[in-house]
Amino acid sequence: MGNDIVAPFIKVDAVTKNFGDFTAVRDVTFDIQKGELFALLGGSGCGKTTLLRMLAGFEIPTKGRISIDGQDMTDLPPYERPVNMMFQSYALFPHMSVEKNVGYGLKHENLTSAERADRVRAMLDLVQLTPLARRKPHQLSGGQRQRVALARALAKQPKVLLLDEPLGALDRKLREHTQFEIMNIQEKTGITFIVVTHDQEEAMTLANRIAVMDKGAIRQIGTPTEIYEYPQSRFVADFIGSINQFEGSIASADGANVTVACTGFDSVIEVTHRGELRSGDKVAVAVRPEKIHITRKMPSPGQNRLSGKVLDLGYFGKDSLYRVKLSNGIVVRVNHVNARRGLESERVAQWADDVWLTFDPSSAILLKD
Amino acid sequence: MADAATRHAQIEAAQEQPLPAATAPLRRWLDRRAWRDAMIGVPYLWLLLFFLVPFFIVLAISGGTAVVGLPPITWEDSFPYVTFDNYRFLAEDDLYWKGYLNSLRIAAISTMLCLLIGYPMALGIARSTGVWRHIMLMMVILPFWTSFLLRIYAWMGMLGNNGVLNNFLMLTGIVSSPIRMMHTEFAVYVGIVYSYLPFMVLPLFANLEKLDFTLNEAAMDLGSKPWQVFLDVTLPLSVPGIVAGAMLVFIPATGEYVIPALLGAADSPMIGRVLADEFFLNRDWPVAASVAVALLLLLVVPIMIYSHLESRMASSNPS
Repeated sequence: MGNDIVAPFIKVDAVTKNFGDFTAVRDVTFDIQKGELFALLGGSGCGKTTLLRMLAGFEIPTKGRISIDGQDMTDLPPYERPVNMMFQSYALFPHMSVEKNVGYGLKHENLTSAERADRVRAMLDLVQLTPLARRKPHQLSGGQRQRVALARALAKQPKVLLLDEPLGALDRKLREHTQFEIMNIQEKTGITFIVVTHDQEEAMTLANRIAVMDKGAIRQIGTPTEIYEYPQSRFVADFIGSINQFEGSIASADGANVTVACTGFDSVIEVTHRGELRSGDKVAVAVRPEKIHITRKMPSPGQNRLSGKVLDLGYFGKDSLYRVKLSNGIVVRVNHVNARRGLESERVAQWADDVWLTFDPSSAILLKD
Repeated sequence: MADAATRHAQIEAAQEQPLPAATAPLRRWLDRRAWRDAMIGVPYLWLLLFFLVPFFIVLAISGGTAVVGLPPITWEDSFPYVTFDNYRFLAEDDLYWKGYLNSLRIAAISTMLCLLIGYPMALGIARSTGVWRHIMLMMVILPFWTSFLLRIYAWMGMLGNNGVLNNFLMLTGIVSSPIRMMHTEFAVYVGIVYSYLPFMVLPLFANLEKLDFTLNEAAMDLGSKPWQVFLDVTLPLSVPGIVAGAMLVFIPATGEYVIPALLGAADSPMIGRVLADEFFLNRDWPVAASVAVALLLLLVVPIMIYSHLESRMASSNPS
């Protein structure tokens, strides 16, 4: 209607779900655009699965509305929704062959039997399972079952595909392969995917947008980079990747240049941060381990500089993890990329070495929540 | 779990240690198949003594000739010592094959009725949770705590012309004179369905309870309405339970004696009644024995079909 703003494809509006006294999902609101690969990320019991089940129609929200493509879905039963789901356990029908499984949803569509057979064949081609069409699920490997489940959910050409822990049951090698396969299929079909996962790596690589959930609420929504580099709360910073956090309060705020007096530190820590701040506000300074530089030489003053002793080091080949104990007793984790080849004696630092840690003010994150 | 793991580790460690020479043979004897053989052997011995041997005695009697005396039976003096006249007699007199057909028909209809009543019950119990499931299962099992015979006598009190049911119907004015229910086939169905319902419900429940409910959700997600989900998923996957329950009802119902004797009519007896009359009233042991052998053969067929189906199912569905 001449409006430049694209109406959201999926609209979750102030949805709450109670199970008796327990609130599984608390007043959640978010939009998803058409063709997105969206991830709901959180630990067990955070409400992500309940939210997915409400999108599928297996649970009815206690409060709030859900609409898809402008159509209110809140009270529709699962069999009337343009939504299909790939179950975590795959939920393949054990008494049906692969092609019967894939074609199961199509018997409710208005298709001739030839059209139906074509669609099943196309789906099996898509997931490369054509040679196994007549097998029963128990004759397949885990990865093959997963692809049958995917083909079955896609066969009805849903508007939205829900994936519950899609890579959860696969081994490491297969995960990577399947992950790219899912992304390829999403691109090819253009269907909106919503993935539920507890695995942050899975969410980061698969999704173009992530909602981080905790205790039934969404803590932050953003692209993987935004979530990782600009977490807005201690919870999100801690949940995604690993991070060092120093508690303190604002010492001064001059535009984007902020200094924080952290408990146990002699000097203030400089942080680049845009936003309303008042001197004395309780905050935390958070720095990712790979953004801290470790050296034995004393660095020049004028930057964030900490001194300590190497407590532990773990060598992982491509990088090493140092745990450095500062003079105030706080242990800082530092990632050092082993960019140069060398033996143990040529390492940046050894056990019990006195070292200096430095990081850029723009690499540090200021967390208020 | 942790305990089991530790114990397992301990056992393994113990096995790796070299055993002292004296205890080694004993230990090996215990570890070997002796215990397992004993465990399997005892029930086999039991069945041999109290099932197979009596069966051969019955088989031998069925080849004899009835006489007046004690025992009321005699065998031929020369080879092959037995006669097949009794079996020929079974085929000639329509009393017997009518009895068999009657039994099969009543057992089949009773099995169907048990299935129709028992399936919703089993499904309801399997889908319930917590305390309710225990209460409902208990209610299915509870009648076993009272003597079977007493419960059938109770039904006589219920179904009689002056029984509880007729009194109720007359009191509420639904009927003006009592309906004859005792000594009818209806009473036999009531008795059999009532008595054998738990044998249908329990195996069905055990089967339905194990079914993965996410399969139902998957079918619903793919566009099937609840009744279609039932037909496409629940029903086909519960076939093993249906077969098990049906066999447990059909086989004993075919040979049922007490229920038709107490509740049924005398004019169209089931084979159990025929057999008992032959034995106790006519004192014709050989004919009674051949009726029993023929009944056994008749029932072996469905049992074999059942075990065939079961093994086929087990091999195609290893989960």
